[in-house]
Amino acid sequence: MIARAGRASGSIGRRLTLLLAAVAALLSVMSWAMVTGLARQAAERTQDNVLAASATTIAETLRTERGEVRLELPYSAFSMLGAISEDRVFYLVTAGRETLTGYPDLPVPTLDVTPPGRVVFYTGSYRGDEVRMASLTRVVLLGNEPLRTVVTVAQTRNGVRALTGELSQFAATLSVAFFMVAVGLSFFAARTSLRPLNEIAQAVSRRGPSDLRPLKRPAPTELAPLLDALNRLMDRLGQSIRRSEDFIAEAAHRVRTPLATVRAEAEVALRSIRDESARARLRRMIHAVDESSRSAGQLLDHATVAFRADHLAGDRLDLADLARRAVEALEPTAAMKDIEIRLYAEPAEMEGDAVLLDNAIRNVLDNAVKYSHEDTAVTVRVERMEKAARICVTDEGPGLGEGPTERLTERFRRGGNVEGIVGSGLGLTIAADVLRAHGGRLVLRNREGRGACVSLLLPSS
Amino acid sequence: MRYLLVEDNLELAEAVVSRLALDGHAVDHAASLAAAEDWLATTEYDLILLDVMLPDGDGRDFLIRSRARLEVPVIVLTARSQVSDRVVALDHGADDYLTKPFDFAELEARCRAVLRRRRGSARNEIALGNCIFDPVAGTLHCGPKTLELRSREIRLLEVFARHPGQILSKAQLMDRLFSHDAEVTENAIEVYVGRLRRRIGDMGVRIDTVRGLGYRMEAGG
Repeated sequence: MIARAGRASGSIGRRLTLLLAAVAALLSVMSWAMVTGLARQAAERTQDNVLAASATTIAETLRTERGEVRLELPYSAFSMLGAISEDRVFYLVTAGRETLTGYPDLPVPTLDVTPPGRVVFYTGSYRGDEVRMASLTRVVLLGNEPLRTVVTVAQTRNGVRALTGELSQFAATLSVAFFMVAVGLSFFAARTSLRPLNEIAQAVSRRGPSDLRPLKRPAPTELAPLLDALNRLMDRLGQSIRRSEDFIAEAAHRVRTPLATVRAEAEVALRSIRDESARARLRRMIHAVDESSRSAGQLLDHATVAFRADHLAGDRLDLADLARRAVEALEPTAAMKDIEIRLYAEPAEMEGDAVLLDNAIRNVLDNAVKYSHEDTAVTVRVERMEKAARICVTDEGPGLGEGPTERLTERFRRGGNVEGIVGSGLGLTIAADVLRAHGGRLVLRNREGRGACVSLLLPSS
Repeated sequence: MRYLLVEDNLELAEAVVSRLALDGHAVDHAASLAAAEDWLATTEYDLILLDVMLPDGDGRDFLIRSRARLEVPVIVLTARSQVSDRVVALDHGADDYLTKPFDFAELEARCRAVLRRRRGSARNEIALGNCIFDPVAGTLHCGPKTLELRSREIRLLEVFARHPGQILSKAQLMDRLFSHDAEVTENAIEVYVGRLRRRIGDMGVRIDTVRGLGYRMEAGG
């Protein structure tokens, strides 16, 4: 079982992306506001300048003639206004309290205080529209009397508004585009800066079950403490695994050494004892020793399989090689019963845990030899099929007995016909577990006539 | 054959030595790696039986150290039985691997198998009258005739050959031939002796039944 590492407390990547995106959003809004403001200012200033120029042009035509203030309205004064927008233009020229020409109801405020020679701007409302006005005061001499004349040119602001609106919309589009790009970039930045972290995680998870060497890879400064801690943890883990392995080895040694002595002594005693009942007793003793040492061994193997099944080593291996080695290892034992082991193997390469598969094959073959009658043959076939490989072990023994054969792979379950043969009831369980861990399965069946056929089915790459 | 047994468990060592001596093998016993080095410096061996956990070190380290200069086959005897241990021992150059406690008949079978696989200089021929018996190769040569024997026949003939003229009881033969794991009756001995008789009958090697006591082999009669 692999425990999920705690509850995820948010994601650094998402947090980083969100933070960067928020900053980008703020900057986008600010830049939009600035561009809009500047655009309006620029448009208004342009209008003001043209209004001022127009008023100045009109004011320059003011003159006194025969005791009257006269003026001309030059065409250029209005055409320059038309050049910046389609807005309506109004004007008013006053001399003293008198309106010389223009729209007398144009709301020109407090004309008296305006210092002469300078253009003053106002914003007001005229005929339902907002207008911008520029007033220029000039003092003309009528006879010997100074007379204040005021030239006011006004223009509605719709065009200016439209222009700034257009610019603002353009700025908004740009800001949104900028924001989008920024979000993409922040996502990328978050990913990139977190990549070393993922690389470390992958480097750790790619490792085999027994690989506890320290991680030696360049890492950003920020990750160095994590890497250090990880390496220290692996070191401690390695030590504790070594300690427990040593302990198991030591325990096995302690148990098996005296058992070996007992067995050896019993065999020596058998040589000199003639009394049949005493001999039978010694044989039973030897049998019990074998049972217990075999059970101890198989229990340890079972534990090893359970541990390694979660962390399969991915060795490149040839099932034919494994089978050949298993056959070689069991040949002397088989020869003691004059059992011939025949091997027909075609190369079947696959990826798997060599130690475990070796163990599974040995268990199945060991069973076949153990339960075979003397002077018979055990056949091992390694076959490569389309998407699978099969190792088939057939014997000419008593078969698997009555009843469902699947149950024989259950822990500590032994067939109904195994009396007198040393076994732990774990051999087939181990083999089945190993195959399951590799995505394969163990198929048990009785052969027609006599004997059993045990197939190890494995998916091959 | 000359064996070197490196084993610190004295009772076990003594039992192994006496058992191998029954087959006429000379066995030197070393209780530590240092003692083993001393023996190896002065004596030529045909086979080394090596325990893994020894008072002055790990037998596997010894194996790695000496593999380069030693031609002798090595069988590792160990109380460690883990899956990976076997692989490690074989990778380090052991010829075979036997987990304690072990069956003496199996130990002998494995010794023979290793010697056969590594057969080279090692010759262990026994003269049986006019015949030459090679228990390692499992052949019986009598003049122009050569007989290939099967595993149990070799074993049975070897036991008789080591005790020429001596009466061997069925129980004695059973102890020597069969693993104690197997349930074997004395009838099986009769079957095997009968079969061996038929095979070697025309080679001039005779196995007589001594009523009530067992069998005796007379060679060259």
